[in-house]
Amino acid sequence: MQQSTQLKQTPLHTLHLLLQGRMVPFAGYQMPVEYPAGVMKEHLHTRAAAGLFDVSHMGQVIVKAKSGSYEDAALALEKLVPVDILGLKPGRQRYGFFTDESGGILDDLMITNRGDHLFVVVNAACKDQDVAHMKAKLISCDVELIEDRALIALQGPCAEAVLAAIWPDVAHMKFMDVRELVYHGAACIVARSGYSGEDGFEVSISALHAFELATALLEHKDCKPIGLGARDSLRLEAGLCLYGNDIDTTTSPIEASLEWALQKARKAGGDREGGFPGAARILGELANGTTRRRVGLKPEGKAPVRSHAKLFADAEGNTELGEVTSGTFGPTVEGPVAMGYLPTSHAAAGTQVFAEVRGKYLPMTVATLPFITPTYKR
Amino acid sequence: MLKFTAEHEWLKLDGDVATVGITSYAAEQLGDLVFVELPKVDQELVKDGNGATVESVKAASDVYCPLNGTIVEVNQAIVDDPSLVNSDPQGAGWFFKLKLKNVADADALLDEAAYKDLIA
Repeated sequence: MQQSTQLKQTPLHTLHLLLQGRMVPFAGYQMPVEYPAGVMKEHLHTRAAAGLFDVSHMGQVIVKAKSGSYEDAALALEKLVPVDILGLKPGRQRYGFFTDESGGILDDLMITNRGDHLFVVVNAACKDQDVAHMKAKLISCDVELIEDRALIALQGPCAEAVLAAIWPDVAHMKFMDVRELVYHGAACIVARSGYSGEDGFEVSISALHAFELATALLEHKDCKPIGLGARDSLRLEAGLCLYGNDIDTTTSPIEASLEWALQKARKAGGDREGGFPGAARILGELANGTTRRRVGLKPEGKAPVRSHAKLFADAEGNTELGEVTSGTFGPTVEGPVAMGYLPTSHAAAGTQVFAEVRGKYLPMTVATLPFITPTYKR
Repeated sequence: MLKFTAEHEWLKLDGDVATVGITSYAAEQLGDLVFVELPKVDQELVKDGNGATVESVKAASDVYCPLNGTIVEVNQAIVDDPSLVNSDPQGAGWFFKLKLKNVADADALLDEAAYKDLIA
């Protein structure tokens, strides 16, 4: 119990207890890993209807230029991420990552143009470090970690219908649109995005109103609470990276197969080419390729292959190739799914490799990501 | 006679053969099982050695062998459908039958009342 008293609670803690969530320590918080329905049913429910996730442990940060201009804030943040932020339109969101001088990834994040400032969402485990990083490097900006707001994700094919019962306007939003909407007098930031491969939303709301909103959403017959366990299996089927597993300071964005997140403006020949930490390596890898790549891996048998399982070219374990970085059972795929890093020579879809699991070498096939067909509303 | 271990296994003794499985409490803690790996028939197992492996969506867990003995039968049904372990852990979800090296060893295991105290 000593440990749990040191763990932080989200604004929805009481709700998790009422819903009989199984609470576990995660990134310094007490979080529900699953509810009585269990990971399997929660995962399938999210893909079939709508799932509500408490992601209030994530860091919500406001970055505002002292000049008050969006352009100044965007240009400042572009010095830390290899993404086109200046070109992001008001009310639009984009995926990105902080890179370090050696071209590794310090964290991944979502960046929103909120008109006169940036709204940034970073990983829970990295938020203190990210805020310190931005405060140190963005001297022309005020950087504020907002600690009095909850973040509620609503994911799945019925997410729009569930949220439209509260805000009919959300039906007009497209993938990566962000709007400010009011709930009982409280201004909320609503983004049409998420981490499941499904259409859905993330709602930033004041801690005081979070319980009321979550409860109202859960009253809808299609909406059920979903824990971190299913959040992980959903994102893995969707081919999305988990920071600390699939990407970290030892992986470059190009090795991680995230080159799609770099827009033209920041690449060679672009208007604002380079100018972010590790640009020489990252732009070099874009031009010349890398020696290894993050790939999807489909175990041929029924056994899940977990993170840190070693990958080999042969069934005898002679030639080591790399490592699995995430692996679990995919309830929608109805079989095990994984991701990992392989040399470019072995990274083509269809290549067979072998994973060491409990002294055996299990065959896996390099697979195209994602494992499911995303239903983002583009 | 029904016996239990502190590692949340149950044993049903019939002569010198024990049918072994995991308790309802263990099945609930593990969550939905998606994969089961069982020992082979005729395999000799030692007490506290690895008896079987179960995997939920979240993680892999070892099922320890509760006593010294030889595997005489395994339950292929839970390999084909691991959810049987969740739905009927102390019945159709049994793991394996172990011919005990020394039947008297079972006396040292927990009885049902002692196990219930342990998980209370």
